[in-house]
Amino acid sequence: MSSREALIEFRHVDKSFNKPEHGEYQVVGDLNITVRENEFLVLFGPGQCGKSTILNMVAGFEMPTAGEVLCQGKPVLAPGPERGMVFQNTALFPWLTVMGNVEYGPKVQGVKKEERRKRAQRYIDLVGLQGFENSYPVKLSGGMQQRVGIARAYCNEPLVMLLDEPFGHLDAQTRYMMQDELTRIWQAEKRTVIFVTNNIEEAVYLADRILVLRNCPTGVKAEYDIDLPRPRNYTDPEFLRLRREIDRVVDHTL
Amino acid sequence: MQKKQKIRLDRYLFISVLSVCVGIFIWWLVTDGLGIFRSNVLPSPIKVFKTFLRKWVETKPDGATLFQHVFASLQVALGGYLIGAAIGIPLGIFMAWNDKIDMFVRPVFDLVRTIPGVAWTSVMVTLVGIGYMSKALVIFIAAMVAMVINSYSGIKQTKTVHLWVGQTFGASNWDLLTKVAIPSALPMIFTGLDVALGSAWTTLVAAELLASTKGLGFMIQQARGIFRLDIVIVGMVVIAITGAILSSILRFFQRKFVKGGRM
Repeated sequence: MSSREALIEFRHVDKSFNKPEHGEYQVVGDLNITVRENEFLVLFGPGQCGKSTILNMVAGFEMPTAGEVLCQGKPVLAPGPERGMVFQNTALFPWLTVMGNVEYGPKVQGVKKEERRKRAQRYIDLVGLQGFENSYPVKLSGGMQQRVGIARAYCNEPLVMLLDEPFGHLDAQTRYMMQDELTRIWQAEKRTVIFVTNNIEEAVYLADRILVLRNCPTGVKAEYDIDLPRPRNYTDPEFLRLRREIDRVVDHTL
Repeated sequence: MQKKQKIRLDRYLFISVLSVCVGIFIWWLVTDGLGIFRSNVLPSPIKVFKTFLRKWVETKPDGATLFQHVFASLQVALGGYLIGAAIGIPLGIFMAWNDKIDMFVRPVFDLVRTIPGVAWTSVMVTLVGIGYMSKALVIFIAAMVAMVINSYSGIKQTKTVHLWVGQTFGASNWDLLTKVAIPSALPMIFTGLDVALGSAWTTLVAAELLASTKGLGFMIQQARGIFRLDIVIVGMVVIAITGAILSSILRFFQRKFVKGGRM
């Protein structure tokens, strides 16, 4: 593990919001995280503990109040194509087809039509949506929409994939299926992933490493390396033991 | 599923046709049928239909055939409407996208938008005289207001998260405008075009009542002066039908350009 390079770093990051109704409200306090290349990192924590804010700071949508976020050693100042995001509510463009959505990144980057179509097709196939290239997102089920979201983020070939509770809106059955899919995709397309969730089972199922976050202002409360082989088994004794152990550390006070 | 929708559509169509037939029947009943209204007060549907047919070739009493009137009206309405779209839509878009443009244009726009289109008629006639130009300008102002307002709110309603997506793909500010904000505003822009079409058409007729030598509004005005109510009604019906045709052409383009529905 230590041989891998650090891709993303949080150094003493504070984040506060100024809301008229709350006044100054600190969400993140002295957060220090190092994300290594090609690891599957899960940020796990209770409800509204600022997990999305952490991802938004990596993406460059929001800036830290103090401290700095580094990507490949350089401070993150704005969103950029090396950091791809998959949103909880998919955020697909409803006016574009599946193909239009997936090829969007390369298109904006000025990749020629033939080449970007080929690339987009590869990722559409990878997420299992062949045959739906010309469908509009509104016609797809929630799980399929999120597959499009994943393919779209992958197609731009970012260094790091940021997934913000991507399966939060899905029903339990689809959620299990999508966790399998994501594991498969991640193994086929090794890439650094930061995955945010409030579901312990999902965290243990997916992660190389889990960072357990505390309540606001959030920071890292505990860290777990998950060395179970993939694909994992939800009922494996070691799986269940880890799950119980992590559960004990989490703040249930919200 | 496609077939099912079609069957339902047919049923609705039947109801709509029925409603028109009932309307015409009641009209016939109170005129020719029961004789409640004499024909110089309210001409019967049959008389109006005869007048309608004759008016295609006859230039009396207003100096032009029905086709010439319709053509004149369409020329004015579409001229003003298209210029209104060409200026109003970009103006609304750039006002929404750029705060400085917004602050510069808004005070003038907010004043102009409250003035009914027809109110401009006298000003325009004084400025450019009775003719094509004065009417087209009045329509232009009337149509532009709806287009500016709707494209403006369409752009303003662009979801932040969609702009974020664009940014994570490295989109420039121009890309964000043309490839995220405008496509997402397109349904609203079409609503603007639709509303503007309505106001252009109604303003046209009003403007022609005041300043015209040809056109459907002028035809109605002339006929009213000599108590030819059959021609007045022909004019009204033709205005309604032409408006409906224009609006269905617009809907055709809307279906062609606005894809994917709402999520």
